Amino acid sequence: MKAKFRLTLLSAVAVGLVSVGANAQSPAEKVYVPHGKYDEFYAFLSGGFDGQVNVYGLPSGRHLKTIPVFSAYPMNGYGYSEETKAMLMTSHGWIPWGDSHHPELSQTNGVPDGRWLFINENNTPRVARIDLKTFETTEILEIPFSGGNHASTFITPNSEYITAATRFSVPIPQKDVPIAEYKKYFKGTLTFVRADKPGQMDIAFQILVPGYNYDLAHCGKGPSFGWCFFTSYNTEQAHTLLEINASMRDKDYIAAVNWKRAEECIREGKYKEVQTKYAHNYRPDDTRIAKTEWKTSVKWIIPKQCPGVIYYLPTPKSPHGVDVSPDGKYIIGGGKLATVIPIHSFEKMINAIKNKQFAGEVEGIPILKYEAINHCELPNPCLGPLHTEFDGRGRAYTSCFISSDVVIYDYKNCKILDRVPTYYSVGHLMIPGGDSAKPWGKYLLPMNKITKDLFLPTGPELPHAAQLYDISGDKPQFLLDMTELGEPHYAQAIPAKLLMDKTLKIFDLEENKHPYAVKEEEKTKVVRNGNEVHIYMTAIRSHFTPDNIEGIKVGDVVYFHVTNIEQDWDIPHGFAILGANTSNLLIMPGETLTLKWIPKEPGVYPFYCTDFCSALHQEMQGYIRVSPKGSNVPLKYGTGDEMHVAK
Amino acid sequence: MSWLSRGLIALASLIMIGVFFKPLWEITLYAPQYKEGLKMIIWVNKIEGGTKNDLKNINLLNHYVGMKKIDPDAIPELKILPIVFGFMVLFGFIVALTGNKKLLYTWVVLIIVIGIASLVDFWWWEYDYGHNLNPHAPIKIPGMAYQPPMFGCKDLLNFRACAFPSTGTYLLALSGTLGVIAAAIEYIRGKKG
Repeated sequence: MKAKFRLTLLSAVAVGLVSVGANAQSPAEKVYVPHGKYDEFYAFLSGGFDGQVNVYGLPSGRHLKTIPVFSAYPMNGYGYSEETKAMLMTSHGWIPWGDSHHPELSQTNGVPDGRWLFINENNTPRVARIDLKTFETTEILEIPFSGGNHASTFITPNSEYITAATRFSVPIPQKDVPIAEYKKYFKGTLTFVRADKPGQMDIAFQILVPGYNYDLAHCGKGPSFGWCFFTSYNTEQAHTLLEINASMRDKDYIAAVNWKRAEECIREGKYKEVQTKYAHNYRPDDTRIAKTEWKTSVKWIIPKQCPGVIYYLPTPKSPHGVDVSPDGKYIIGGGKLATVIPIHSFEKMINAIKNKQFAGEVEGIPILKYEAINHCELPNPCLGPLHTEFDGRGRAYTSCFISSDVVIYDYKNCKILDRVPTYYSVGHLMIPGGDSAKPWGKYLLPMNKITKDLFLPTGPELPHAAQLYDISGDKPQFLLDMTELGEPHYAQAIPAKLLMDKTLKIFDLEENKHPYAVKEEEKTKVVRNGNEVHIYMTAIRSHFTPDNIEGIKVGDVVYFHVTNIEQDWDIPHGFAILGANTSNLLIMPGETLTLKWIPKEPGVYPFYCTDFCSALHQEMQGYIRVSPKGSNVPLKYGTGDEMHVAK
Repeated sequence: MSWLSRGLIALASLIMIGVFFKPLWEITLYAPQYKEGLKMIIWVNKIEGGTKNDLKNINLLNHYVGMKKIDPDAIPELKILPIVFGFMVLFGFIVALTGNKKLLYTWVVLIIVIGIASLVDFWWWEYDYGHNLNPHAPIKIPGMAYQPPMFGCKDLLNFRACAFPSTGTYLLALSGTLGVIAAAIEYIRGKKG
């Protein structure tokens, strides 16, 4: 009797174990990351109109960091400190804001490798490099001859290049022409930026193309290595009321660019060197002082003079996203007004080129026959298909703006498998590694454009929302609604274990090569040079040295060069002074940052540490005395009993 | 002296050389935000942090309660001890070479004295370090002293301080024991003879 009971119990447990599938854990259990454990993935979401990159942990959805890129960031002084303000320099002057769109992780053999993250700026065309040891922007390159840098920063499989392109064609070179003469003067450029050498980001070449709107891109891998694909819309070349006038034609184009061929043309001298001016801003590891270098020319490739460099693939209708399957064989266009999802075959494309199956030509660019390149059309997918990601198991996931869902399908057999809802009006979507040669799969993150009633209301302006799905099982499982900062366009994610051990904890004080760094309190000083006063200051728990300064006069320009001489993880010090027209500084251990301050009235002004650093943080303060112009108060400084007279 | 005792004292001297290559003592400070511990490693001739910056960070935290900065250059023991042990190694080899029984007894007495004196000195240094506080320290807790333990763990405000002898000390103990055994053998043999 007893034995029988035991057997029954055992079988029950066995059945229970067998039935444990992907959905055995509740959503709450799957997104809960207990104390002492870490998230499985780092996710990098673009900030859109906040101009930054925001880092989240998945699956918890925790916001870990905002990395300032194209917008000034008073929280840590990015764009305000003397060390970082050059990062925001452009040929149009200093710009405190940008529109960041498409982050892309660096790759080796088509797989994200965690060295860098790239991201583009749409408004004043630029691309940036973020170093993933420090999670800081280290390099920004301006893109000349461009307007609306949207099809950017899509990467080639070994990080050779990142792309840039004109969403808004413009007169190239710029000139004063009637807008109505769009067709005559407006052109586009497809730009390839050398990306694999930190500090040496540069424009390798630009391909001059007809004045359409070049929207998004992705580069080939495996068999399609050497090619990048750019969508275009407004092949109607409308210059006003585009919502009607650019939606006339049934098909626009995906531009297929053979960048290996472009390299050949550059080697053979089949290019035109054009003079221009654009900024290259770089913040090196040693001094950590960003400097702007002005570049003066680019190489143009004219398609007619470099046959084979570019082909147009007809694609319905006003395509937005273009995505290449992990095996590199299929190219999926997201025709935002199309009733099907067109899937092109790379192999067919190559055959069509070989057999000259052309439907026409525009400005020296052959247009391939649609039937010759198309693998299949996914019928009745959804409304407003935009972007596609892959899970590495033969499935494609396309976001659909109008129908607020993600359609999941077998892209080889053109068969719909499933669909999941989004809340509401999804734009981009992201699967970790989902645009690479080896997706990690596991999660799906559709990022939406409309939030409405999802969260507690916060007045008319609401956060954007994303949904996290577990896609590891047969059926996707809804896990979490996430709030987002700004408006994430694209995103990238990488397993935490590939990044977390490489991340820097402190800057080594011994390696600090900043010309105004002081590494010991005994070496702090104040130096007057005409009306410029340089204060070489240290910060350590819980005082500044010097913390009393006298002898500053109205009309002086004061530079506080503050070195945080701590060498312990997570002991930053802040620095702020009354009346500064900039921001505070947030100085990491071992780092030197500089605040420029121009006192306007005589008086005594307090400065203090803005980051609660220690038990006596509230005591971490100082005073600077400002005397009238022409006063003879000697320049003196010190901390504690002794005041030194400046030499 | 028998070959056995001469061998033992030679071995004892050889082992004692290890004190120049292994630390004597380790003191570790734990707190919630220092799970991995801030470590102070005491050698015969230097004091090191567990990582490059541990000593700097211990000094930084200690200044709030007014403890003196640990400055290895200002600790005379770190200059005297290497000479003392260097002498004992040399002396041990001389005992082994000469086979002089009296020298062997002297060596054993010396090593016992040095061992006890070192421990007493260490305790005194810890006492001074924990009690001799800056009267202007920002954090003053009546009756509180911060003397770290010599063996085992002790709570000191927000920190748990743990101290244990390290390899160098064990080598010294082994070396001394071998010397004592050699002396015992000689003593017993002398009685029998």
